[in-house]
Amino acid sequence: MAHAGRPATTGAAVADAAVADRGLVACPDCDLLQRLPLVPLRQTARCARCRAPLWRHKPDSLERTLALALAAAILLLIANVVPMLGLSVAGREAFTTVVGGVVAMWREGTQVVAMLVLFAAVIAPALQIACLLLVVLAVRRPPAPHWVATLLHGYEFVREWSMIEIMLLGVLVALIKIAELATVIPGLALFVLGSLVFLLAAMAATFDPRLAWERIEWAAGSDQGGVARGLR
Amino acid sequence: MRTAGFVSARSLGLAGCEACGLVVRLPAAGGVDHCPRCGERLHSRRPASIERSWALAITALVLYVPANLLPVMTTNTPLGAVSDTIMQGVVELWSPTSWPLAIVVFVASVTIPLGKLIALAYLLLTVQRGSVRSNGQRVRLYRLLKFIGRWSMLDVFVDTFVVALIQLRPLMWVEPGAGVIFFAGVVVVTMLAVNSFDPRLIWDLPQQERHGDG
Ligand SMILES: [Zn+2]
Ligand SMILES: [Zn+2]
Repeated sequence: MAHAGRPATTGAAVADAAVADRGLVACPDCDLLQRLPLVPLRQTARCARCRAPLWRHKPDSLERTLALALAAAILLLIANVVPMLGLSVAGREAFTTVVGGVVAMWREGTQVVAMLVLFAAVIAPALQIACLLLVVLAVRRPPAPHWVATLLHGYEFVREWSMIEIMLLGVLVALIKIAELATVIPGLALFVLGSLVFLLAAMAATFDPRLAWERIEWAAGSDQGGVARGLR
Repeated sequence: MRTAGFVSARSLGLAGCEACGLVVRLPAAGGVDHCPRCGERLHSRRPASIERSWALAITALVLYVPANLLPVMTTNTPLGAVSDTIMQGVVELWSPTSWPLAIVVFVASVTIPLGKLIALAYLLLTVQRGSVRSNGQRVRLYRLLKFIGRWSMLDVFVDTFVVALIQLRPLMWVEPGAGVIFFAGVVVVTMLAVNSFDPRLIWDLPQQERHGDG
């Protein structure tokens, strides 16, 4: 873990150059203005004051993210069409998918909860993967058009609400609760979702948002040269 | 504005864009500006951060009461109906083999939401008093809250899949209770409350509050 560089101490001089100097960062957790140090591969630059991670030097970020996002998209698709959980009791069998859970909650009168589960377990992960997939494809040839910025905003927002790992733990607890009453049959989707948890974590860890932002056309449209200069 | 040689972006009239990280000079006259790169609104501190966090935290605390008192699910059999609150669900899960999961559900459903609200109240109160002590610990507490808050959704998923599977009318079927609606509300509102809190406020000195541009 590399330490961040020395904090900027020559106030006014730094301030005048700040906007043009792409190496300057303001820590998101403490607002400390500092120069992003050049850290070796697979090392994290941390804030000199509060130790917040500022940037991680990731190898082949865009290529690897693309591969992981493609794999995640396929797994998410499979996970939502094959049965996830089944049970058999007194000669009767019942199966459910992820969406089956949403439909049951909707029918039983808790529509708000059904929509929240649908969003956290299906829509948010799907958006997370789709946004990232489009972003890494679009920034391959910089400068990427400005709608890519909207997708990147969407990705950052949706990440917090994508809760596949929590849903999987919830399914495990539900399974144990039900096991007292009936024979539980684990479905294929359970294993697909288990792999998806690791893929999504790897996808988020591989993606370098700083690199993507540097390749996107500016909203103000005035700094095309800056975009080109900012490329690594 | 300067603590031990550290210079904040705000003290130089700059702000780091919260969306893309670009360091931008804020307009001297104040007012709204947008990030020239990503188009997001720029502010050196999130507007009305403390007020919003308090309002959402208090809302969550109010929702927390019915979430724990009302049943989250009702199991129907020909012999009658049994309703369970979150706590009763934890007790039922307690057995020689599944007690670790009972602890996980208890921590995620009862401890985390309440602990989050207490910790957020502590952060808000220390910021409002202009405290300059244990800043490092307070920012780590904030990061912990951001990280663990989502896990409270656990019980919502548990209830959803128990309801979805046990639909064997007239032998046995499970219906969700009103408690799960309030509980889902607690989870979402506490997440929004932590998201409204601006951790950069922890590092601001008291005099900045008076001269600050909000
Ligand atoms: Zn910092
Ligand atoms: Zn921006």
